[in-house]
Amino acid sequence: MSVLDLSRWQFGITTVYHFLFVPITIGLGFLVAGFETAWIRTGHERWLRLTRFYGKLFLINFALGIVTGIVQEFQFGMNWSAYSRLVGNIFGAPLAIEALLAFFLESTFLGLWIFGWDRLPPRLHAACMWTAATGTLLSAYFILAANAWMQHPVGSRYNAATGQDNLTSFAAVLFNPAQLAGFPHVVAGCFMTAGSLVAGVALWQLLRRPGIPADHALAFRHALKAGAVTAIAGAVAVVITGDAQGKLFTQHYQPMKMAAAEALYHTSTPAPFSLLTIGSLNGSHPVFEITLPRLLSFLGTGNWSGTVQGIDNLQSQYAAAYGPGSYIPVVPVTYWSFRLMIGMGMLAVLIAVVALWVTRRGRTPAFTGKRAGLWRTSLVAGAVVLPLLPLIGNSMGWIMTEMGRQPWLVYGQLKTADGVSANSAGEVLASLVVFTLLYGALAVIEGGLMLKYIKGGLAGEPLPGADGDGDDGGGGPGAGSGGGADAPMELVY
Amino acid sequence: MHLSDLWFIAIAVLWAGYFVLEGFDFGVGILLPLLSRGDTDRRVMINAIGPVWDGNEVWLLTAGGATFAAFPSWYAAMFSAFYLPLLLILVALIIRGVAFEYRGKRDHARWRAGWDAAIFLGSLVPALLWGVAFGNIVRGIPLNAAEHFTGNFFTFLNPYALLGGVTTLTLFTLHGALFLALKTTGGLRARARRAAMAAAPAAIVAGGGFLAWTQLSYRASATSGEGIASAACAALAAVALAAAAGANLRQREGAAFAANFTAIAAATASLFTALYPRVLPSTLSPALSLTTGNAASAAQTLAVMTVVACIFLPLVLAYQGWTYWIFRKRVTGPPQPSVPSLPPAPTGSRPAPRVP
Repeated sequence: MSVLDLSRWQFGITTVYHFLFVPITIGLGFLVAGFETAWIRTGHERWLRLTRFYGKLFLINFALGIVTGIVQEFQFGMNWSAYSRLVGNIFGAPLAIEALLAFFLESTFLGLWIFGWDRLPPRLHAACMWTAATGTLLSAYFILAANAWMQHPVGSRYNAATGQDNLTSFAAVLFNPAQLAGFPHVVAGCFMTAGSLVAGVALWQLLRRPGIPADHALAFRHALKAGAVTAIAGAVAVVITGDAQGKLFTQHYQPMKMAAAEALYHTSTPAPFSLLTIGSLNGSHPVFEITLPRLLSFLGTGNWSGTVQGIDNLQSQYAAAYGPGSYIPVVPVTYWSFRLMIGMGMLAVLIAVVALWVTRRGRTPAFTGKRAGLWRTSLVAGAVVLPLLPLIGNSMGWIMTEMGRQPWLVYGQLKTADGVSANSAGEVLASLVVFTLLYGALAVIEGGLMLKYIKGGLAGEPLPGADGDGDDGGGGPGAGSGGGADAPMELVY
Repeated sequence: MHLSDLWFIAIAVLWAGYFVLEGFDFGVGILLPLLSRGDTDRRVMINAIGPVWDGNEVWLLTAGGATFAAFPSWYAAMFSAFYLPLLLILVALIIRGVAFEYRGKRDHARWRAGWDAAIFLGSLVPALLWGVAFGNIVRGIPLNAAEHFTGNFFTFLNPYALLGGVTTLTLFTLHGALFLALKTTGGLRARARRAAMAAAPAAIVAGGGFLAWTQLSYRASATSGEGIASAACAALAAVALAAAAGANLRQREGAAFAANFTAIAAATASLFTALYPRVLPSTLSPALSLTTGNAASAAQTLAVMTVVACIFLPLVLAYQGWTYWIFRKRVTGPPQPSVPSLPPAPTGSRPAPRVP
C-alpha cells in the first residue's frame, strides 16, 4: 500500500474510533448535569444515585475521548503535512481556538467535578458539569467548522498558483452554511446517542432478574424516560437537520456525494430513492432493487419532480472544470453507509418508543402468556443493542460524508492525494499498526469496564457524604459541603 | 513588532506553561514506583495530580494548535519530521491518560500494577523525548527546499539532543519530587524531599551543560538582543535551579517548587530566544531554515488569533488558577491502610443526612 492509502486508513480508523466516544461524552455530559440539577432541585436521592452511576460511565468514555483526541490534533501535521502547510491559515485557527476555549474548559471543570464532591457546594459542583458539557459543545463547534470548510470552503481566497488558502473572513468560516446545517445534525446525533445509552441501560436494569430494589427501579424508570425522550427528540432533530443538509449539498455544494450515495448514474427528473440494491452498484442492471419513485427528487430538492444530477453527468462536468481524472467516490461505500446511517437511527428510535410504551405510567412489562419468553428476550435484546445503534449510525454518517467528498480533501481545491506527508510507507505502516492494536486493546478494556459498572447498577455507587451505616445516607443537597475546604483532600482515584 | 513575532512569543509561553505544569505531573508519574511504599502511597501520589493533570496537558494541545494556525509550515515540517518520536509520545500520553482514570476502577492488584506501569512509562517517555525533540529543534534538522525532513530516526540521537532529553527528564523528576514534598504528608513527604535532593544535582549538571552548550553552539546570533536574552535566561535558569535545590535542603517546600518552576520557564525561554528568528533551522543550509517570517500565516489569521487569545488566555489562567486554589491542601491517605474497591465516600465529617 502507498503512503496515501496507509495514511487514509489511519485517519479513518483513528477518527471513527475517536468519534465513538465523542457523541457519548457530549450528550451524556448534559444528561448527567441534568440529573445532578434534578437532585439539587428535588432533594430526591435517586437523582444523586443516577448522577453518580451515569457519571461513572461518562468518565470511562471521556478518558478515551480525550486521549484519542490528542492523536487527531497531531496527525494533521504528522500525516497530512502538505495539507497543513497549504490550509493552515484557515484550518489551524479553529483548532487552536478549540484548544484554548473548549479543551481547557472541559478538562479543568471536569477535574473539579471529579474531585470536588466534598469541596464544592452542590450548586457549584453541578455548575462544573454544566460548564464541562458546554466545553464539549464548543469543541464540537470549532472542529466541525473546520470540517465544514473542507466540505465547502468559504471565507478564504484560494491562490491556484501556490495552492495556498488565505483567510478573508473568519466569521464566514465560523458561520459557513455547511456548518450551520452540519453542526446541529452532529449535535442532535450526539444527544440521540447519549439518550439511547441512558435508556438502554435503564431498560436492561428494569428487566434484569432477579429484580433490583424498588427504589433503584424507580430511579431507572426516571432515567429511561429522560434517556428515551432525549433520544427521540434527538432523532427528530437529526432528521430535520439531515434533510436541510442533504438539500444544501445535493443542490449546491456536492451533488456528486448524493449521486454516489444513491448510485444514481444518470441525471433524472424526477429521481427515485433506492431503498436497497442487491448486485453491483456500478451502473449496470442490479440483480434486485427496491426504489421509491420520486422520493430522491423530494429529498434532494424539496420538489417531487425536481432534477437530481447523476454520477456520469457530474463526472464529465468536473473533468471539464478541474481537468482529467476521476471525480467519483467509492460508490458502494457511500451508498451503503448512507443507508446504514438512516437504518440504524430508525431502529434506535423504534426501540426507544417501545421502551417508553412498555413502561408508561408506572407500568412494568409483564411477561405472561404464551409468548412471554420471546417478548422478554426481544426487550432485553432491544435494551442491549439500543446504545450501539446510534454509534454505528454516527460512524456511517461520517464515512458517508468523508468518503463521499473524495477525491477531494478540500472540495474543489485540494485533492486528498496532494495533502499527504512525504514520510516513508514504513513509518506510516508502523503508526497504523500501533494505533490499531492500541485502540483495539483499549476498546476491550473500556467495554469491560462499561459492562462492569452497568451491571453494578446503583448499588455500586457510594454516595458523597454517606456515613457508611448501610442505609441510603446520601442526603439531600442541603447536607452541604460537609468536607469543606479545610478538610484534607480525599482520594478519588 | 510583527504579529508573527508576537505569536512566536505566544508559542514559547504555551510550551513554557506546558513544561512547568505537566512537568511536575510527569515527575510524579516517574517517581510513582520509586517513592511509594504500598498502594495507599501510590493513590496519594496520583490523587495529588488527579484534578489538574488533564488541564496541564491542554497546554500542549494549545501550543500545537497555535503552531498550526500561526505557522502552518513550521507545524507541517516539524510534526512530519518528528514522526516516530511523536508516535512514541502519543502512545505514552494515551496509556498514561487512560491509566489515571481506569486504575481505581477495578479492585485487582494486577490491574492496578499494570496501570501503574503505564503511568510510569507514560510519564518517563515524554519527559525524555520532549527534551530530545527540543534539542533537535534548536540544533536544526536536515530540511530540504521542499521543507521535507531528509534524515531518519537516528538523526535525532545526537549527543546535544540526548543531553536535552536528560535535562528534561531530570528537571521534571525534580519538579515532581518538589511538588510531592509540597502536597503530601508523613513518610511520603520526607521521601519526596530526599528524592529531590538526589535529582537536583543531576538536573543542575545536565541542565547547566545543555544550556551552556546551547549558548556556545546553537544560538542564532550571539550578539543580537535575542541572543543576549537567551544567555540571560539560561543564567536565570541556573540560578533558580540552584535556589530550588537550596530551598529543598532547608525544607522550604513552597519556595523550592516556585524556584524550580522559574527554572523550567527560564530554560524554555532560553531555548526559544536562542532559536529566534528561526523556528526550525535546517542543517543543510541556513537559507532553507524556517523562520518567523517565511513560516507564518497571513496577517488576517494572526489578527483573529490575537484577539481570541487576548480575551481567553487570561480567562483560562484565572480558572486554572482557581482549581489549584480549590485543591491547595496536602493529600493524605485514609487513617488506616485499607483499599476500598471504589473511590471511597468521604468519611463522616458532615452533618447528619437529611431525609428527603
